[in-house]
Amino acid sequence: MRPDDLLHPTPQGLFCPAGNFHIDPVRPVETALITHGHADHARAGHGRVLATAQTLDIMAIRYGDGFAGATQATGDGPIRINDVEVRFHPAGHVLGSAQIAVEHDGMRIVAAGDYKRGSDPTCADFEPVPCDVFITEATFALPVFRHPGPQDEIAKLLTSLKDFPERAHLVGVYALGKAQRVIRLLRDAGYDEEIYIHGALQTLCDYYRSQGIELGALAPATRDDLSKEHFAGRVILGPPSAFAAKWAQRFPDPVIAFASGWMQVRARIRQRGVELPLVISDHCDWSELIQTIEEIDPSEVWVTHGREEALVRWCELNQRRARSLHLVGYEDEVE
Amino acid sequence: MKAFSELLDRLVLTPSRNGKLRLLEDYFASVPDPDRGYGLAAITRDLDLRSVKPAMLRGLVAERFDEELFRLSYDYVGDLAETISLIWEGPGGGTRPLSQVVEQLNAASRSDAPALISGMLDRFGPAERYALLKLATGGMRVGVSSRLAKQALARFGDVDVTEIEELWHGLDPPYVSLFAWLDGQGPKPAQAAASPFRPVMLASPLAEAELETLRPQDFMAEWKWDGIRVQAASQDGVRRLYSRTGDDISAAFPDVIGDMDFDGAIDGELLVRKGDAIAPFSDLQQRLNRKTVSKAKLQAFPAFIRAYDLLHEGAENLRPLPFAKRRERLEDFAGHLPSGRFDLSPTIPFKDWAELAEARAAPPDPVIEGVMLKRLDSIYVPGRPKGPWFKWKRDPFIIDAVLMYAQRGHGKRSSFYSDYTFGVWTRDGELVPVGKAYFGFTDEELRQIDKFVRDNTRERFGPVRSVRAEPDFGLVLEVAFEGLNRSKRHKSGVAMRFPRISRLRWDKPPHEADRIETLEALLPD
Ligand SMILES: [Zn+2]
Repeated sequence: MRPDDLLHPTPQGLFCPAGNFHIDPVRPVETALITHGHADHARAGHGRVLATAQTLDIMAIRYGDGFAGATQATGDGPIRINDVEVRFHPAGHVLGSAQIAVEHDGMRIVAAGDYKRGSDPTCADFEPVPCDVFITEATFALPVFRHPGPQDEIAKLLTSLKDFPERAHLVGVYALGKAQRVIRLLRDAGYDEEIYIHGALQTLCDYYRSQGIELGALAPATRDDLSKEHFAGRVILGPPSAFAAKWAQRFPDPVIAFASGWMQVRARIRQRGVELPLVISDHCDWSELIQTIEEIDPSEVWVTHGREEALVRWCELNQRRARSLHLVGYEDEVE
Repeated sequence: MKAFSELLDRLVLTPSRNGKLRLLEDYFASVPDPDRGYGLAAITRDLDLRSVKPAMLRGLVAERFDEELFRLSYDYVGDLAETISLIWEGPGGGTRPLSQVVEQLNAASRSDAPALISGMLDRFGPAERYALLKLATGGMRVGVSSRLAKQALARFGDVDVTEIEELWHGLDPPYVSLFAWLDGQGPKPAQAAASPFRPVMLASPLAEAELETLRPQDFMAEWKWDGIRVQAASQDGVRRLYSRTGDDISAAFPDVIGDMDFDGAIDGELLVRKGDAIAPFSDLQQRLNRKTVSKAKLQAFPAFIRAYDLLHEGAENLRPLPFAKRRERLEDFAGHLPSGRFDLSPTIPFKDWAELAEARAAPPDPVIEGVMLKRLDSIYVPGRPKGPWFKWKRDPFIIDAVLMYAQRGHGKRSSFYSDYTFGVWTRDGELVPVGKAYFGFTDEELRQIDKFVRDNTRERFGPVRSVRAEPDFGLVLEVAFEGLNRSKRHKSGVAMRFPRISRLRWDKPPHEADRIETLEALLPD
């Protein structure tokens, strides 16, 4: 059997004919295996969804209880679908995120979904799984991406709070994963003031807490009884889209920060009108991608969404078989 | 170097003018001589470093990195210095003062330079590497105009900015005497430069509705020529040619400088001749942004100045005189100049606005961009005052074309399909590309087009996607452009000048877009 017979790209997403299921399909399908809860990977409207219990919870929070015809939570063990054995392993990306190992006739392909290698107390660490084909994301797959330590980036935010005690600090974060990670990093750096959050972050922060992740004191950022001055020198987290809106005008002379792996490139920083870039990423940087490929040492690497060309090139230079899957539908911007 | 690299990064990210001024003032106040002067010169691009060519940097990169990986990175980042600063790996662990970096760069011979630069890159962190490379390649662009830097100096020393502007061309980095004066530790430096730059007066765009409020008899009209605005100053035997921002561009125009046999300062348009005619802007471009110029270029693209105004004659400052008076003096003055190198901008006679509009619609020369209106009583003041001078540009040409290909943008737009190739219908009912545009739309429209491209991709070739473009399905773009030339390189046989998207015609079916015949009719004979 060739790897392509086990799993191959289709317009719906990666498809496994022997198991008759798709992985992270971008259009409604009969059976979907979902790596994690980010909206471009986890869509509503499939017949059946198989995912980790946390990913299913997150999908229910986002789309409501009827987001799929039927759902099944995976545990640690293998699951048979027709003749195919699948198994979910932690991916270290966000809470509930998993890599999906698909095995049939002695061939194993691991679709890693989105993943990272740095430690993150808000989710389980990535687990390297030996395999024949490793399917890696390529969001930050260029040698210019080398993410600094997240605690150094958080230190920049703390310094700015000291330098500009009269200004509110608005930190742009995505609701799933990044928000909770930034809060956790602040707490671990000893920041124990109340942190204010935009309404769009509330339910997912509550959910993280229900899963045992300590986030400290959080308060809604929009309360009518608080004056503008109240927010001077405070940290307010919100989705970046909110900062352009009227919502941001309630805060005094805000310093606009954004926590994202994209913040390493000046043009991206300027494009977003960011004054305080925080390079904090939920994805691997270049050296982590390479480290992972070398560590897993698969006989073939498939590369999807992001800068596929560069990673395929690196594989060629290092005598590794690699190809780009050209899957469409996965967002570049959303981390 | 650390303070300097931090200043650069913060200047770039600070949107407000006041914020930038504050950063510069803080830098002048906290960094000692001579570093602050070199930092200032780097920002105003007055630092004359023995420049390092991008080719040399590419050579350094080629020794360490795969060419293809570097190309992909550069494509994404959109800036050579930034790409190298991010991709470089070194042991780090050593900075040094900016002044020392400048001195070492200046002292290094051509053959020593690569080793010097790569040694510094190895020792510096990413931000300092970026600053070093911007410094060494002379590509410093931090959103600070030379004028803003001078304003920061003025605020720092609590003096008037015109005092700084007038002194500026007599001063050299690291400006120790200037800083001593601004610190209150020394006397004001003497005006050392002959033929200094005089800050330029600019026109504001005319909204046609405004004409009703203006009286024709208060104004003089002349053509707006499509060259570059310059100031030719010649006093006490010193001859200088300045751009409108005060950059000294004398070295690129020895032909003009050689014929500046006068005592005064002329404001005019720099143009290039082609036989008896004025050459298009593309020919003038052959002479711009050069440190030196070859004999061949001098002969193929001879430059001349079409004079608009006279700012100084002998020791007399004419700027406080009304424009009508200055124009008389200019006509006299220009009569004595070598006619091949200097001529007088002709005025356009008109009785009322309708007559002028008619003249504007049929300009006598293709190198005319529109009409300038100047109040007869206007004194010459720096900047862009509202009211005394107007520019009334020619209307652009407009066609409807169909989006055919989209390419990922660079830098800031690298996540969007932002470069569009569009076409019109041939006689055989096929689309033929006629141009490419990457501006003219809002960020919101960019997102809409990007989505359309992603949803309707037919094929992908690297960063380019072909898009569905059929008679009944596709995206029609209204394209504005300034003119059309014949082109052998393009399949359509035409090349557009300054094309840009003027409107998205979501409402229009592609078969209603323009045909190639429409464009062919616009071609010059
Ligand atoms: Zn994700």
